[in-house]
Amino acid sequence: MEKRDVIIIGGGPAGLAAALELYNLGIKDVLILEREKMLGGILRQCIHDGFGLTRFGETLSGPEYIARFIKEINEKQIPYLTNTSVIELTPDKKVTAAAPDGLKEYQAKAVILAMGCRERTRGALGIPGERPAGVYTAGVAQAYMNLYNRMPGKEVIILGSGDIGMIMARRMTLEGAHVQAVYEVLPNPSGLPRNIQQCLNDYDIPLHLSHTVTEIHGSSRLEGVTISKVDEKLKPIPGTEEYHACDTLILSVGLIPENELSIDAEVALDPRTRGAVTDAFFQTSQDGIFAAGNVLHVHDLVDFVSLEAEAMARGVAEYLNNDGLPACAISVKAGDGVGHTVPQKIMPGKAVTLSMRVTRRFRDAVLEIRQNGEVIKTRKLKKAIPAEMLNIALKAEEICGEGDLEVLIR
Amino acid sequence: MKELYDVIVIGGGVVGSAIAREFTRYKLKVAVLEKNEDVCYETSGRNSGVIHGGFAYDTGTLKARLCVEGNRGFDALAEELDIPFVRCGKVLVGNTEEEMESLKRTMKQGEANGATNLTLIDEEELHRICPAAVGKFAMFSKNSGVVDPFIYTIALAENAVQNGAEYFLNHEVTAITRKDGVYEITASGEVFRTRYVVNSAGLGCGKISDMLGITGYHVIGSKGDYIILDQRTGKNLPMPIYPVPSNTYMGIHVTNTTDGNVIVGPNAINVTDFTYYGVPQEHMDYLAESASDIWPYIFKPEYIRNYSGILPKWVDENGKIQDFKIEMREDIAPNAVNLVGIESPGLTSAVPIGRYVVSMIAEREELIPNPDFNPRREGIARFEKMSNEERAAMIEKDPDYGEVICRCQKVTKAEILKAIHNPLGVHTMVGIKYRTRSMMGRCQGGYCQMRIEQLIEKECGLKAEEIKYNKSDSWILTGKVREEGI
Repeated sequence: MEKRDVIIIGGGPAGLAAALELYNLGIKDVLILEREKMLGGILRQCIHDGFGLTRFGETLSGPEYIARFIKEINEKQIPYLTNTSVIELTPDKKVTAAAPDGLKEYQAKAVILAMGCRERTRGALGIPGERPAGVYTAGVAQAYMNLYNRMPGKEVIILGSGDIGMIMARRMTLEGAHVQAVYEVLPNPSGLPRNIQQCLNDYDIPLHLSHTVTEIHGSSRLEGVTISKVDEKLKPIPGTEEYHACDTLILSVGLIPENELSIDAEVALDPRTRGAVTDAFFQTSQDGIFAAGNVLHVHDLVDFVSLEAEAMARGVAEYLNNDGLPACAISVKAGDGVGHTVPQKIMPGKAVTLSMRVTRRFRDAVLEIRQNGEVIKTRKLKKAIPAEMLNIALKAEEICGEGDLEVLIR
Repeated sequence: MKELYDVIVIGGGVVGSAIAREFTRYKLKVAVLEKNEDVCYETSGRNSGVIHGGFAYDTGTLKARLCVEGNRGFDALAEELDIPFVRCGKVLVGNTEEEMESLKRTMKQGEANGATNLTLIDEEELHRICPAAVGKFAMFSKNSGVVDPFIYTIALAENAVQNGAEYFLNHEVTAITRKDGVYEITASGEVFRTRYVVNSAGLGCGKISDMLGITGYHVIGSKGDYIILDQRTGKNLPMPIYPVPSNTYMGIHVTNTTDGNVIVGPNAINVTDFTYYGVPQEHMDYLAESASDIWPYIFKPEYIRNYSGILPKWVDENGKIQDFKIEMREDIAPNAVNLVGIESPGLTSAVPIGRYVVSMIAEREELIPNPDFNPRREGIARFEKMSNEERAAMIEKDPDYGEVICRCQKVTKAEILKAIHNPLGVHTMVGIKYRTRSMMGRCQGGYCQMRIEQLIEKECGLKAEEIKYNKSDSWILTGKVREEGI
């Protein structure tokens, strides 16, 4: 069994940023395992622009953004294997991977989970009706079009106003499909405001909030969908059903961190993020197993994935250099108006950036971080929406004492 | 016009395929006409996948007899056909005195039917063998099991083909006539001639029976909806849990699959449209609520898919469900074997039904054994089920076993390629799914379907717009986004 200081599972934005930061910190015995034929992860199919504004101060396409990382990986000769799928991960950090040139087994000192996320499907939502061809998740449609040059359909309805759904609305329109509308079950859009403008408004594609698909029709190829209005509890309102003929339904209804290997390794998951419970070092409940990026919690911008992975890499370096990490005993709890926070465990005297999402829209609100009921930090929010991640940096000296933290919006 | 067949079986479901396979044990020219693009698109692939013990049917019926026989022979059959089968047992759980009485009657009936290994167990024993089951007592049927119904049906068909049967997929029978002792069967514009014909048309049994001139059967559809749960839920369900059955309906149960998923269902709704497989919201809600009484692990985040199936039930004028009908009506349709109302336990009984049908022909003429008949069929070796030593050895032999295409089910390129080049010549997306379990996992093909589509294009020399999901008009792509090089 080959031994490695660090095995990174996944060669997408999180895995590559982590590998580069480890290199900068002098940790060279690293191996990235990537199941695809090339590095880059999901960004390979994200040919639209808008990546890199935060990190590089310019707007790049997905492939351009990740090419910068891949170039550096190659320059620094950081080892990676493509076409290599990790199939097993044990709690004691044995990694098994399959590749055409053989089954590979590694014993790692530290493992980085950087597997990204998957899309919520029609079956997971339990959309009623028949099961014809022509119901695609947005990412599948995007892969067909942008990676394989294949057109999924012509007469399109989109369910869910997630970013990929809106981006596919524009993309399919540009390639000659007729996108009738985007329907969103929530009373507010799930995706970023800039995508509503650039992908829907600019192309006269209507966005209908508080609507959902209540039946799928067609025994072979999709023939149409029934759309219903929903009430404030998101329940379809009887009598509001409308039939819309279409041959393609694109679902952009949420992303789920891809934690199957984490579960195999008995990593504790947070039911809210569906990612690992991590501490201020991004270490999971398992000693020496770390997580960052969309496998940890779904991000809005890839720039934040890169930043988070770099912060995690510093934790990994500390773990390797000190043969372990101090325990993080302070829990961070999501209070009113906050859906979740990452990390969930921190420690006194260790600076940390708390990432979170609000549960509903806020205007002119105040975000408060309390410890033992005492406010230790506030931030004024002109506007906060669930689609946008909030990052709050806590300085080392701001965290003292042992009491748990609560993050809430007032 | 085609040459004369000895036997034509109408319907390539699990029963039709088992019948065809039994006929290939003899020197007979056998064909199967199947209206769909593959062999398990209807009832055979849309059920609970349970191999029944045979206790639930009235003593003396064909259902009871053939089910017990099928159950008894299933280990040997599964071994021959190389199909996933687990004899995991099953429990029928009850709480009331009335249910206890009912279970005692069921047990007595089962024993009269020849079903063995039936025991009444108390709560403690129930929780020992099936910890998550909810009930004060249960009947335990040790002989019950679960099978992968897709692979099972496909294996029977493939083995029939290997032994000389010809499958004509996409051939829907529209007319049957008889001239000079020979049947002429029109299917999708072609005329097939045969000495014997077998109606094993499943949901179409009434229609084919009418074409044979054997009229008067009233066949209704009993539609059942199901929810499929994530593979990880299977650890809480070592065997199927059923409620105490009524006379006509087994009740909503939870069933483990051979791959660790859990299926919840079915309800039973009488339908006349045998082509509508939609699952309504209220049925899904009802299934989850109802099954939670016997197994409390049904949570929405574990849902991965829903489906439904329709059982063809032959009923009398009062609507009472009848036994399997397997008959030869020499007065109306000589040399025709007519099967009507082959519903549950058809999956368990398929091979005994096949033998029964062959025995009816054997009474009429001497059948000469086929010396080349080989009952063994080799399945596609599954990477997911191998130990790491076996995996390493497989990759060494065939590097395509090292390329994982479907991540959820760990299906490799080697398996997909074998499935694309299957003996029945099926190359739909669902055909590949049924043969490999690719696209059946929690991401439902989110990761792998594009790769599989590309492999079908390449291996079969098809264009994107020619790739089908399941049926002939179920296109998945309109073609290329744009021509390359422009």
